[in-house]
Amino acid sequence: MSSTTTTPAGAPRPGAGPGAERHVVEIRDLAVSFATDAGSVRAVDGVDLTVRPGEVLAVVGESGSGKTVTASTILGLLPENATTRGAVVLANKAGTDEHDVVALSPKQLRAVRGTDVAMVFQEPSAVLNPVFTVGWQITEGLRAHGKVSAKEGRARAIEILERVGIPDAAERVDQYPHQFSGGQKQRIVIAMALVLDPGLIVADEPTTALDVTVQAEILDLLRRVRDEFGTAVVLITHNMGVVADLADTVAVMYQGKVVEQAGARELFADPQDEYTKRLLGSVPRIGEATARTAARAAGRPEGWAEATPVVAARDLEITYPGRFRRPGFPAVRGVDLTIRPGEVLGLVGESGSGKSTIGRAIAGLTPVTGGSLSVLGVEMNGARPREVRPVRSRIGFVFQDPSSTFNPLLTIADGVAEPLIVQGRARDLRAARARVDELLEAVQLPRAYGDRYPHELSGGQRQRASLARGLALEPELLIADEPTSALDVSVQARVLELFAELQAELGFACLFISHDLAVVDLLADRIAVLYRGQVVEEGTGEHVLGAPQDPYTQRLLASLPVPDPVQQAERRVELARLRSLD
Amino acid sequence: MSTAPSTEAPGTPAPTATAVAPRRSGGGGGLGRYIVVRFLLIIPTIFILVTTVFVVMRATGDPITAALGGRLTPDQLQQRIHEAGYDRPILVQYVEYLGDLLHGDFGTTLSDNRPVTEVLTTFGTATLELAVYALIVAFLVGIPFGLLAASRRDRLPDAVLRVFAILCYATPVFFAGLLLKLVFSVSLGWFPVAGRASTGTEIELQTLDNPSGFYLIDAFRTGDPDAVGDVLMHAVLPAVALGLLTAGVFLRLVRTNVIGTLSTGYVTAARSRGVREGRLLRKHAWRPALIPIITVIGLQVALLLSGAVLTETTFEWKGLGFQLAHYLQARDFVAVQGIVVLIAVVVALTNFVVDVIAALIDPRVRY
Repeated sequence: MSSTTTTPAGAPRPGAGPGAERHVVEIRDLAVSFATDAGSVRAVDGVDLTVRPGEVLAVVGESGSGKTVTASTILGLLPENATTRGAVVLANKAGTDEHDVVALSPKQLRAVRGTDVAMVFQEPSAVLNPVFTVGWQITEGLRAHGKVSAKEGRARAIEILERVGIPDAAERVDQYPHQFSGGQKQRIVIAMALVLDPGLIVADEPTTALDVTVQAEILDLLRRVRDEFGTAVVLITHNMGVVADLADTVAVMYQGKVVEQAGARELFADPQDEYTKRLLGSVPRIGEATARTAARAAGRPEGWAEATPVVAARDLEITYPGRFRRPGFPAVRGVDLTIRPGEVLGLVGESGSGKSTIGRAIAGLTPVTGGSLSVLGVEMNGARPREVRPVRSRIGFVFQDPSSTFNPLLTIADGVAEPLIVQGRARDLRAARARVDELLEAVQLPRAYGDRYPHELSGGQRQRASLARGLALEPELLIADEPTSALDVSVQARVLELFAELQAELGFACLFISHDLAVVDLLADRIAVLYRGQVVEEGTGEHVLGAPQDPYTQRLLASLPVPDPVQQAERRVELARLRSLD
Repeated sequence: MSTAPSTEAPGTPAPTATAVAPRRSGGGGGLGRYIVVRFLLIIPTIFILVTTVFVVMRATGDPITAALGGRLTPDQLQQRIHEAGYDRPILVQYVEYLGDLLHGDFGTTLSDNRPVTEVLTTFGTATLELAVYALIVAFLVGIPFGLLAASRRDRLPDAVLRVFAILCYATPVFFAGLLLKLVFSVSLGWFPVAGRASTGTEIELQTLDNPSGFYLIDAFRTGDPDAVGDVLMHAVLPAVALGLLTAGVFLRLVRTNVIGTLSTGYVTAARSRGVREGRLLRKHAWRPALIPIITVIGLQVALLLSGAVLTETTFEWKGLGFQLAHYLQARDFVAVQGIVVLIAVVVALTNFVVDVIAALIDPRVRY
């Protein structure tokens, strides 16, 4: 790594003197820039941060704020084109020894990694090597720092797996990563970090890839890491609920700088910086839209409830065929759903609950295998492609990741015009252009953006364009599958606002699919909660999220961390109670 | 613990469903089953291969006319055809052919009247020996250099090795063979020009009871170190000529796949725990990279056997390829058919072995 430093030496220096407050890591005036083809890009600019032993420091900020770069510096894991200035003084757990990581040689850096500081990553499936047993991978950390006999390594792997809550650890230590669930994988990754008993763990979005209920369990584990192991944690996250749940202190980063640092309770109760206020204001909270939903319901015309529904599912079943001579996988099992004209139905559920499958079935992208699904008057069960085609022109679709649903070789205008051309509303792009401009304007994108390519737009802009494409045919029904989950909170807030406006103006019915209860609550007239292919609860947000009746909904709701440390502490107690009932 | 899969994958529910199967004992039972299933799948594969070869060979008429047409009078030709049974319905011939194959009877060559089985055992072992040598060369050159190129990506060693790899697989094997012969045999005189062994050694090997046909093994059995040396010296140039062709492919393959796995999350994670760079390369990145590499190696064996035809001709290595060229010239379709079937069977078996090795490396394959 090409790095320069302003501090004299990376050699060990004696620990902080008596009386001085001890730190596991002290970042002083850190600046990181990357050499790119377009010149030098500064990612982190003059950051000062300190972490005390056994403390959880949350570093929050949106993508590109420099939070991950800052965290990577603590382990010296920056790519080769990075230049680092400043000091990152890392102490060992006992506080007897410390080093400036920025100035360490690669060999010295290796000695520090794993022993003084360890890392937990975002996507546990990507972080575990598929071809080695988890036991081997845990022991590998021990082997990197001295000789360990196979027997001793195994014993220590089993011990640490037990401590992070893997049942039957003695047996499962010999299993491969694919034999564990997502939450268990993240426990194993945490076990790997803990096995050498470091004083500090850097956790980069450790729960972002997980479901809410699993997230709550991992957050509990991280709390135990702090309390039982006495390990300090630097928690990198964009989720303010996670911050409120776990953090002792919070540093807010914006454009490479720390704009505010305070204790978690103070920061949430009384944010000082403008950006922090905006960030906290963007976080959707359950219950915010109750009045709006009620007003919408009151404003419905007479006889609306009796009108022919846009979508009506009765005992809907969708089974994916199994591989050769294996049983199929029932993704949806006996679902009843109704979406009336102009109504927004929110569909929430965790991974594998079948929510996306329902959306795809309504759009005719997945065959219905049982029951009845009527979409705009056409029965989809057993429907031939010829019958489904005209229905599709009346349905718009907005996908989760706009970067992968726009062809990178076509301009935004090409993409938005495509449904118009495919459905014969326009002969070519030139004929469609007027409508495309109108659509771009409707989603608040400048017309000129039509000539740009997808990669030239930001994530939020791309999702607006995707919305414009979904609305191009003036659909009677829009299916939005996790449309904002790839976006930062402030961007998400603006897209959701735009969405609500357009819906009110154009009056299309909508199936809004999301794993985020707060987002769904913001937009939906009614909410259906899906669990393992079945609807366990359905009703208005006030009813389903305000006073949930089904035990699963209760647990789901209690697992969702709210962006308020005081309230979150109470909810943790409630969640523990619900869990003890199981 | 929630049993929900970690990622929602509506398109591929089956893998996720099995992926979170709560507990499985080691995977040993799964592996045994996998091997049996794969082995049983060879049978239909070989059956289809044999049938295809039969149909293609007969599409142009009967072998007698092909081999001897124009050299015999029509009456004589008819008589020969009748004697060989080629005037019977094609289906009867096919069933008889299959029955003979099951008994290991590949028929008799038309041009020199030898049992095809004898041709296959004599020359097949020679080709197999050459292919094994070439594979060894390919592994010794391709894998270490591939790893080196991957670890020094976009630097000088990588650039040099990439050019070297292109030269290896872009040079026709007969040209490389001629070049090697010119330099190392004719000019420098280090290695013999052609053949599998010198005449003295050949005679010595013939005196053995039940010779295996693998000259190196037979040479060891004579207990004569000079014979072993002589056999090895003869093998060097053909093995290098044929091996380098494959080595170039292996080098690129190893390089690309290891570069891919070096940038994965699990290598970064291992680095974050203080694992040395060398070990990251040789263990953490290498093992998962092997999975696609092994598969391509299986396909390469087929190419190696076809490459052997040219190499054998260049070095007068009396193997199957050498014979195949001879029989093709003589339009002896019975012999050609036997050789093609043998090569096809060897390729099918190699792919079986490759599948088993891939399953041993990748625990996710065992089902």
